[in-house]
Amino acid sequence: MQFSEQWLRTFVNPSLDSAALGHLMTMAGLEVEEADPVAPAFTGIVVAQIVEAEKHPNADKLRVCKVDAGTGELLQIVCGAPNAAAGLKVPCAKVGAVLPGDFAIKAAKLRGVESFGMLCSARELGLSEDHAGLHVLPEDAPVGSDIRDYLGLDDTLFTIKLTPNRADCLSLSGVAREVAALTDSMLTLPAVQPVLPGIDDRRSIVLDAPAACPRYCGRILRGVDAKAPTPEWMKQRLQRSGIRAISALVDITNYVMLELGQPLHAFDNARLDGAIHVRMPRAGEQLKLLNEQIVTPAVDTLLIADDARALAMAGVMGGEESGITLDTTDVFLESAFFAPAAIAGRARAHGFVSDASHRFERGVDFELARPAIERATRLILDICGGVAGPVEEAVAVEALPQRPAVRLRPARARRVLGIDLNNAEIESLLRRVHLAPVQSGDDFLVTPPSFRFDIEIEEDLIEELVRLYGYDNIPARVPQGGLMMLERSESSRTVWDVRHLLAARGFQEVVNFAFVEDAWERDFCANDDPIRLANPIASQMSVMRSSLIPGLVANLATNRKRQQARVRVFEIGRCFERKADGEPVAGFHQPMRIAALVSGTALQEQWGERARPVDFYDLKGDLEALFAPRELCFERVSDPALHPGRAAAVMLDGRHIGVVGELHPVWVQRYELGTAPIVFEIELGDALQAEMPVFATVSKMPAVARDLALVLGQEVPVARVLEVLEAAASGIVSAIELFDVYHGKGIDPDKKSLAFRVLMQDTQRTLEDSEVDAAMNALIRHAELTLGARLRGSGE
Amino acid sequence: MDNLDQLVQQAEAAFSAAADSAQLEQAKARFLGKSGSLTELLKGLGKLPAEEKREAGAAINRVKLAIETALEARREALREAALMAQLASEALDVTLPGRGATIGGLHPVSRSLERVEALFRSIGFVVADGPEIETDWHNFTALNTPENHPARSMHDTFYLEGRDDVLLRTHTSPVQIRAMLEHVERHKHLEVMPDIRVIAPGRVYRVDSDATHSPMFHQVEGLWVGEHVSFVDLKGVIADFLRKFFETEDLQVRFRPSFFPFTEPSAEIDVAFMSGALEGRWLEIAGCGMVHPNVLRFGGIDPERYTGFAFGMGPDRLTMLRYGVNDLRLFFEGDLRFLSQFR
Repeated sequence: MQFSEQWLRTFVNPSLDSAALGHLMTMAGLEVEEADPVAPAFTGIVVAQIVEAEKHPNADKLRVCKVDAGTGELLQIVCGAPNAAAGLKVPCAKVGAVLPGDFAIKAAKLRGVESFGMLCSARELGLSEDHAGLHVLPEDAPVGSDIRDYLGLDDTLFTIKLTPNRADCLSLSGVAREVAALTDSMLTLPAVQPVLPGIDDRRSIVLDAPAACPRYCGRILRGVDAKAPTPEWMKQRLQRSGIRAISALVDITNYVMLELGQPLHAFDNARLDGAIHVRMPRAGEQLKLLNEQIVTPAVDTLLIADDARALAMAGVMGGEESGITLDTTDVFLESAFFAPAAIAGRARAHGFVSDASHRFERGVDFELARPAIERATRLILDICGGVAGPVEEAVAVEALPQRPAVRLRPARARRVLGIDLNNAEIESLLRRVHLAPVQSGDDFLVTPPSFRFDIEIEEDLIEELVRLYGYDNIPARVPQGGLMMLERSESSRTVWDVRHLLAARGFQEVVNFAFVEDAWERDFCANDDPIRLANPIASQMSVMRSSLIPGLVANLATNRKRQQARVRVFEIGRCFERKADGEPVAGFHQPMRIAALVSGTALQEQWGERARPVDFYDLKGDLEALFAPRELCFERVSDPALHPGRAAAVMLDGRHIGVVGELHPVWVQRYELGTAPIVFEIELGDALQAEMPVFATVSKMPAVARDLALVLGQEVPVARVLEVLEAAASGIVSAIELFDVYHGKGIDPDKKSLAFRVLMQDTQRTLEDSEVDAAMNALIRHAELTLGARLRGSGE
Repeated sequence: MDNLDQLVQQAEAAFSAAADSAQLEQAKARFLGKSGSLTELLKGLGKLPAEEKREAGAAINRVKLAIETALEARREALREAALMAQLASEALDVTLPGRGATIGGLHPVSRSLERVEALFRSIGFVVADGPEIETDWHNFTALNTPENHPARSMHDTFYLEGRDDVLLRTHTSPVQIRAMLEHVERHKHLEVMPDIRVIAPGRVYRVDSDATHSPMFHQVEGLWVGEHVSFVDLKGVIADFLRKFFETEDLQVRFRPSFFPFTEPSAEIDVAFMSGALEGRWLEIAGCGMVHPNVLRFGGIDPERYTGFAFGMGPDRLTMLRYGVNDLRLFFEGDLRFLSQFR
């Protein structure tokens, strides 16, 4: 809410400067977002009247004016403004004045004519951007008076951000009441006197939905001049509250809303037919609102209607057809209380909010309807003339908000706040905000006033106490606690360990959006039925990702465009899949995964190493390092994102935990990636497990190493060969390690040579040559029989 | 005997003149070899009378020892020179860059989150987690934000097609509810429930996108519930955290009244640095408050017996302030030129 400090000070005027007042409000929960002076600093500018305006003898566009600035003599001032004319009242900077920007006015000669001052435009005073001509002042402006006083420019515009619980501060009176409480100063609210009816015209009111509208006041005013000008003081206050002045009747209703907090609505009485009904809509009923929107209100949207039709969306916005115009002479003024629950969300459902709905859905003082209609009536009669009928008030007392007393236990307050606040202090703090506390045993019973909608339980009162006591006055205490150590299992590691391990291996972490393009889901995940957002902010962020890989592919594309040829990235994040019995939210499986992508050279280009493109086995090595010393198994797999011949399922203890592979060439082409990146994606949970090390005796006996080169079919996977060899290994074989793969000269094109190092050892004794030979022979024989392998170099 | 002394001098001169070990061995032969000068002298001994023989023999042995010492010294000098020459020839350009793999790095927000976790862990907080597709109940209702509550308009919520009971969580606060329910269940057999001390970092979503708002961003939720937890503890923990996180005592921390449906009293936390680019400006950094009794009840906890505080911080904002990053969107664009600055 925006308002003028001067206006506020007409209600409460603590001895604080603007900055201190702003700080006070902020620290009381009325956060001051902005505090801007109405006009920049300047001095020496007064209201003046142009008495004479003659053409300058030496310049076509200049005029020589004789100006009465209240100094007792006429000042000669040369002026270039096109609207300078005799009779006008304008701001005049006298010699010695200082304009915004520290611009001092001196006596000067302009084209040979002496000039003793300057006549000013609005822009020159920093009031607006208007520089078309002199800022013309009203005819009744008193000559000689300081322009700052006359225009009330020593004023600050406060913009406060109100939390939804403080609806009582959505008016000047409300803020004033708060400031008075905080500073213990006197509060002077506008005196509201009932306006005696001059006519007996009235319109009956029927409350069809009393729960939604338990109080409605209405009054007819006749013979009103809707074209009457709005007084300057009212216009200025409205403008300084960010509300545009429109016409007297509209301005007055807005003014009273700002002043007291009661939204009002003025109907053109001539366009109403019969009684006023406050009711829910009929099936299919339509209404054209003041903003020209035609709406079909939902069944729970309260309407104001007459005997014939819907007139307005209650508490939200008036209707186009029943609204006042400049030709209106008879007004039906509405001042009502609508229950917050009956208004909440109704305007938003149609895509807008209004000042009225904003207030009603947060809670308007339910005792305010009658004082507000009296206040508005007085202003209308004073400004637009006319005569008022009696106030017709319909009340459903039983449906008005209840204000049951709330019990406050001082001991509880002290416990929650952790401060030693005595009963007398509590009582005095509560009194300041009109929460008249009544002692009841050890406790206080507090009946909240009608303007407070946020005092229902004890905590609400505790909050009031600490707010008034001052958050700044609460000490900060180093907390005390039982010193129990936290658990730290050795058979798991943290996500930070995993991140640091990948970073140490050259990967940069990224964070990608969880909502993606549906094409990504279709292409990379073959997912034609992704989880869709009902209200995405953009079509390329419309579905929830079921894989981290597409995001990393997009990172690659982005970085390639920025000349980053070598990309090594990873992300740890959530993916989303449909799953009827998903936990913890049924219908969805939301696993945390870890994915990585590499592209470009295996190593950063450097001297002394031949540049080599990164490949499947590089990333597989990273993945294995991530799990070491646990061993992963890899099996051919078909995955929509991956090259069918260069993709593997990652298995841990017989479970499928993810995939690794080269991106499918189709996507490489479609997403313009140049060369195929290698990616992996695995379940994070599996990467967070670790194994407790297990000790085994280290043998003191020498080990024997023998090499074994086998030639076998190209199609036989190494894993299968190792499996066969290990099955045939005798007890002395401690390890079989692959150390070379060879194709080429000396080997049939459909064959390959695999070289293994076989380590043999006994913990108790030195091995005999014969035992070693026997063990090797067993391996060879088994490989020959099972795999059709042949010992390399053993004749053809 | 003069010629003996001369012999030593001659040998020393010859050895010095030898430029390498081959020349040295030749020179050695001239003095100590089979037909070398000294050998000749020794051979001549036999012709001397017995009484002279002993004296002459001793003199020759002294000379031999002197020559051998000179020889050994020269050998050592040559070895030394050869080693020097070898070392000089083996010198590297030590300024050439090192070889091998380069390192990557964590995302800047991860760096902050790791510190946040470590700092809170040091006073006994454990990390809790919750789903990002969350139920409306956990995200709003159980946090004292019923349908049509004006506070719901503070969040612009992403909903999913075809399901109106779930949403993308708008904050990490629903983890409070999950953590409480789980904690209560685990300790239900105990007379006194141990304190709940959790933090819940994670990603959250709101319909908002500009230079200071991202539709997906990070939050860290914190919750401490126990028999003796009050507002002064909340202030103590937060102030301590902020000074430790920013590694400065040069920091003002301000609590001002605010409103959240799930805490009461509630506060907004502002910080102001007392030096640097942001000197003197109050910056909103977190929201917090005492856990609302309704929320404790939804978490299965008796608000009469236990009280607690909760806070929600924006680690993206903490990261921006810590490193001087000026645009939130940079965190989510995956630009390596930006990200690699945080190694």
